[in-house]
Amino acid sequence: MIEFTFWDILRNLLFATRWTVLLSVAAFVGGAVVGVAILFARISVARWARRFGAGYIALFQGTPLLMQLFLMFFGLPMLGLRIEPWTAAVCGLTFYASAYLAEIWRAGVEALPRGQSEAAASLGLHRLQELRLVILPQAFRITRAPVVGFLVQLIKSTALASILGFEELLKTANAINNATFEPFKVYGLVAVIFFLLCYPLTQYARMLEGKTAFR
Amino acid sequence: MKYALDFTWLWGSLGALASGAAMTLLLIACTTVFGLTISILGAAARRGRYPWLRKLVGVYVEVIRNTPFLVQLFFIFFGLPSIGVRLDPMVAAILAMTLNMAAYTIEVVGAGLDAVPKGQREAATALGMRPRLAFLKVVLPQALAIIYPALTSQIIIMMLESAVVSQISVRELAQEADLLQARTFRSFETYLVVTLIYLALSAAVRRGMILFGQRMLGAGVK
Repeated sequence: MIEFTFWDILRNLLFATRWTVLLSVAAFVGGAVVGVAILFARISVARWARRFGAGYIALFQGTPLLMQLFLMFFGLPMLGLRIEPWTAAVCGLTFYASAYLAEIWRAGVEALPRGQSEAAASLGLHRLQELRLVILPQAFRITRAPVVGFLVQLIKSTALASILGFEELLKTANAINNATFEPFKVYGLVAVIFFLLCYPLTQYARMLEGKTAFR
Repeated sequence: MKYALDFTWLWGSLGALASGAAMTLLLIACTTVFGLTISILGAAARRGRYPWLRKLVGVYVEVIRNTPFLVQLFFIFFGLPSIGVRLDPMVAAILAMTLNMAAYTIEVVGAGLDAVPKGQREAATALGMRPRLAFLKVVLPQALAIIYPALTSQIIIMMLESAVVSQISVRELAQEADLLQARTFRSFETYLVVTLIYLALSAAVRRGMILFGQRMLGAGVK
């Protein structure tokens, strides 16, 4: 058994926190990019594209994230890709985030008055211009609160990457716990760190919610 | 080298998958009952007359909502024994799921209670009902009907999140998948099949909740 002081434990955990943060940021950015693509499918004029978007969202919202991550981890090697836990975690969380973000933004698009779309069309804008210049900026603005709320959920979800063997906060905590046998302290500290990451965002989402209660 | 999918192992494993799915449903059923009970009490406490209790419930909600479920589970299962509370994996799983679910539904139930017009309670008391009876027979059913869709979503989210209790070896669906893939060496196929089972379960639970709600709470539920 290795002697760990409280500060050793805390320092190691804080060191691992940057992987949690990095994974959250990567998944959020990836999820936003793929999410916009799914949003386009979901609000497309083509029926098959709308079907595809709806199916995609139903699939990712109707199955456990853990299974999605496992499929990513065991499935990508089948396509001949050698895969690290980091890649599997980023890909898995990206797809998961994209489904939720697409759904949030679609609700935003649908909340806009019909006149916005009609006005854009009557100004002679193409569908793509209409989306880019008129619809999406407004939809993004009114959905800021739920998006920040989802970011909290995403940060919490990165803990599942520990099961794939990615060395983020929780995986590091497991390792420290195996060395120190102080689970109460170690997992308590992990909870505190996650809380400190998430709580400000929760408060920010709440503030935005107050601000954007339909103008 | 091309990988060939092989599902032949599936026929011998149907029993294990079925018992895993049954365990997942049992977990979520217990969680729903306990979680809903706690959230009704919590919502009442949040509107009660004791400021310290209101604050305590508020802190509980924030702490649970801002930490990962997996960390809560590990804290309860691995952490509590070091202060003398040793729990069976099944009990730890249900406790963690219940505490997690209640933190999300306390505010949902509260919003439902606030949405029932005050006149309903007043009318009930005017008819001679005691406050507690008026709450249980008049206010609560109406509040539940209002929040039913949100409650259904929360139950399904919780059911999907319950996959991680496999990490403390509760023999539910995800754990059966782990055991199967270790035995068959067919990880991709196993997780694919189990993911589809989860998809079917969540659709079935949603459908079941809607039917149950229509029967128990009346036409207001869709």
